[in-house]
Amino acid sequence: MPSFITNYLDKTVQVTPGQYGSPFWALVYILVVFGGVSLAVVCMNWLERKILAHMQVRLGPMRVGPHGLLQPIADALKLILKEDIVPEGADSFVFLLAPVIILLAVFSVYCVIPFGPAHAITDMNIGILFMLGVSSLGVLGIVMAGWASNSHYPLIGALRSSAQMVSYEIAMGLAVVSAVLMTSLNDSGTGTLSMIDIVKAQNTQHIWFVFKFFPLGFVAFFIFAVAMVAETNRAPFDLPEAESELTAGFHTEYSGLRWSLFMLGEYAAMIAVSSIAITLWLGGWMRPFPNALSGSTWDLAFSLFPALTFFGLAGMTFYSTVRMPKHAFFRVQTIGLGAFGGVFALIGLILLVPPVRDRVQDVYWFIAKIALFLYLYIWYRGTFPRYRFDQLMKVGWKVLLPMGIGVLMLTGIVGLRTEIWEFLQRLVHV
Amino acid sequence: MAPITTLHYLVVAAALFVLGVIGVLTRRNVVIVLMSIELILNAVNLNLVAFSRMWGGLHGQVFAIFVITDAAAEAAVGLGILIAFFRNKETVNVDEVDLMKW
Amino acid sequence: MLSGIAILSGVLVITRKNPVHSALALILTLLCVAGLYLMLYAPFVAGVQIILYVGGIMVLFLFVIMLVNLERSEKEKQFNQQWLPGILAALGLGTLFVAIYIKGKNAFPMLPPALPEADNTQRVGVLLYSNYMFPFEIASLLLLVAIIGAVVMAKKRI
Repeated sequence: MPSFITNYLDKTVQVTPGQYGSPFWALVYILVVFGGVSLAVVCMNWLERKILAHMQVRLGPMRVGPHGLLQPIADALKLILKEDIVPEGADSFVFLLAPVIILLAVFSVYCVIPFGPAHAITDMNIGILFMLGVSSLGVLGIVMAGWASNSHYPLIGALRSSAQMVSYEIAMGLAVVSAVLMTSLNDSGTGTLSMIDIVKAQNTQHIWFVFKFFPLGFVAFFIFAVAMVAETNRAPFDLPEAESELTAGFHTEYSGLRWSLFMLGEYAAMIAVSSIAITLWLGGWMRPFPNALSGSTWDLAFSLFPALTFFGLAGMTFYSTVRMPKHAFFRVQTIGLGAFGGVFALIGLILLVPPVRDRVQDVYWFIAKIALFLYLYIWYRGTFPRYRFDQLMKVGWKVLLPMGIGVLMLTGIVGLRTEIWEFLQRLVHV
Repeated sequence: MAPITTLHYLVVAAALFVLGVIGVLTRRNVVIVLMSIELILNAVNLNLVAFSRMWGGLHGQVFAIFVITDAAAEAAVGLGILIAFFRNKETVNVDEVDLMKW
Repeated sequence: MLSGIAILSGVLVITRKNPVHSALALILTLLCVAGLYLMLYAPFVAGVQIILYVGGIMVLFLFVIMLVNLERSEKEKQFNQQWLPGILAALGLGTLFVAIYIKGKNAFPMLPPALPEADNTQRVGVLLYSNYMFPFEIASLLLLVAIIGAVVMAKKRI
């Protein structure tokens, strides 16, 4: 095999492809991440409708495939086949460019997300700064989308949405800065902005930052969690795009494939900001209790989790297969569902093999935490009523911003308490 | 290809500066004048960072960060003035701000 | 190549009739300049540029453009009454620059080996808090004044 492929596969290489300088493997990683995100968006579509439905004591899509499993595919087909409308009088260049900018902004964030100590596309030493900056490029896309539609509902929706996103970006930034501050409380005294090093700092300090200086880490995490829901225009902050308020806000005039680009951007943004939260506070790719329950038996027990989750999924699928109606009409669906369960069981069996098991740990725990966050997103949508726009802005500026500043100052003071105490003692004694 | 020296960055910065000056001096729309001012500030920043690289210290980069901060403040105030002006005159042309002409 | 795109979008900024197109061209210019900063081994300044300039100032510009969007402004002349003296003055400035560069071409040596980029942010931070502490605090005061000023200027009634 040519050397540009194999020299990265050498076992001594411990850095990401971007840092190593191998464009081939960086491209492979990019394609894998892109494919993974697309698959995740498709699953999210189905999961959101099913979970919301079950929270509202109804069943959700059941007709299209067995238990509605083919519903996202049907939706995608419908959107692709729809007529592509460009409103008259709209600035067509800007109109066509807006979804592209949103997608560019969102997918650029994936370049630095660490799925493992060497499993990122690249690791910039300004990783967090890059992510904050690039996610603020998404605001530009929304503004352009609203303005280019040349009708007042999208314009108002875009203005509201971008005002909301800009306000909550500040709260996000403050929470991020307090987390970065916690990375500097190690022996060498210097912090870091690079995503992989932040997780490694959590590893060396033996604590997830969400639990550090309790409750400061938790409050910072809470601020970021609220701000990230507002940043992605999701419930309960989805006034700019809610259907009963502004006839779907800034993407009213987009039809067919362009609208699906917006939805793709929204779900991808959800995954992106969730992974920022996981990297900063929840320990990234580390398994739960990395230092309290350490040792080889606990390692083995936790390493069986990937296989166990897939077996659990397979079990649930087989259970639903058994409970399908025993009518000739449903024969194909029952067989399909059984095959789906079989696929899950097969993946679980593959994950039991020790070499695969060891390599898949980091990525699995990261994706498991992302799944937890996405479930929380859907839970919020099903539970909370919508914020009115002025209440939304009040929360962003008058509640989260002072909380963020307070957490930042307190984290600084508590983190440097020994130095501050020595300084005060010297002041008093001299 | 010749190696890229500091001179190339300075030429780019000078070109952006001249373009910004043309924009400030010739456009009628106040918003575009303000955007040309941002172009000028960016050219200055590029100069600063290029020289910081040449001399090896990081002082140029710190100064560039301050310039970006000041540009943000000035853009905010300038746009506030523009909104107040637009509320009075219903136009954004600089040619029509001639109440004090003799 | 980045510089070529930057200069080209700079030309677009000052020549488009539609202010939204000018704003988009300015965004492209700012992103190209951020790329040039990365080539100059200044990742922190590049990050700050993207966050503040593109993500903050240009959003502000687009807001204001949308608020003062006039239909008739697209049909009027877009250049000033004094455009010819303006262009001549700018070209004079450009000639001055060219003269300086031609005379002093040897004063700008080859770029020395770059500082390691891995701790650029830390070193900038150290400088900010030690040598430049005073301008740092004054910049925060300036931003406070700018916030209050912008709010006061744009209010309907004081």
